[in-house]
Amino acid sequence: MSLDRTVVGAHYGWRDFAVQRLSGVVIVIYTVWLLVELLMLPELTYGNWAGLFAAMRMKIATSVAMIAVAYHAWIGVRDIFMDYIKPAMLRLALQASAIVLLIGYVVWAFTILWRV
Amino acid sequence: MSDSAAKPRPEFRNIHITQILRYRLPGPGIVSILHRISGALMFLVGIPFILYLFQQSVTSELSFERYSAVVSHWFAKLVLLALAWAFLHHLFAGIRYLLLDMHIGWDLPAARKSAAIVLFASLVLTVLAGLKIFGVF
Repeated sequence: MSLDRTVVGAHYGWRDFAVQRLSGVVIVIYTVWLLVELLMLPELTYGNWAGLFAAMRMKIATSVAMIAVAYHAWIGVRDIFMDYIKPAMLRLALQASAIVLLIGYVVWAFTILWRV
Repeated sequence: MSDSAAKPRPEFRNIHITQILRYRLPGPGIVSILHRISGALMFLVGIPFILYLFQQSVTSELSFERYSAVVSHWFAKLVLLALAWAFLHHLFAGIRYLLLDMHIGWDLPAARKSAAIVLFASLVLTVLAGLKIFGVF
């Protein structure tokens, strides 16, 4: 039996499903990359450590990873709120707070990175 | 026929928080709820704490000293240990979910086995991370 039905809605369910997985993979790749870079440091001194993040490749990789973390965390936290917080206004307030907090995290990470 | 006088079996539908301890959650269920808990922990504590440490560690020679002082405190080490577990569990459980998305390990025995592997592997690596954090090696 085939179902001929008009697909409606914003389609964000499918998009978020895909982004959750893609951002997860980006975070794993960054983690492996960072571990390799750390293992290649001769010694963990301030100079070597700060020097690592002074390199443009590391600034960009870390920025991309931070955006992936924020988007990944948003979808996860939103799912938790949708499952456990029933009053709509409270859920909305919590979701709005999570968005503000995550944007703050990203901006904070950028200011740290681009000052090194 | 079954004995009608048999002890009534516990029935769980939408379980209430007070029933949680009586409810025997199978391995994949434990992995699932810990995936949420570890994710929430990293969202609330992990990201800000790691960003704070990152800021202290890269900003200047002086702030690097402050970073070293902070991470040598026992409580900070305890927090880092909890975050190490959260990250490792979330990572392994996440890889398991990616494999399940591709219908790898799809049947129940395989799903139970992979859940046990996730729980065990993340705990073993957390112990190793703990030995590193507390300076055993």
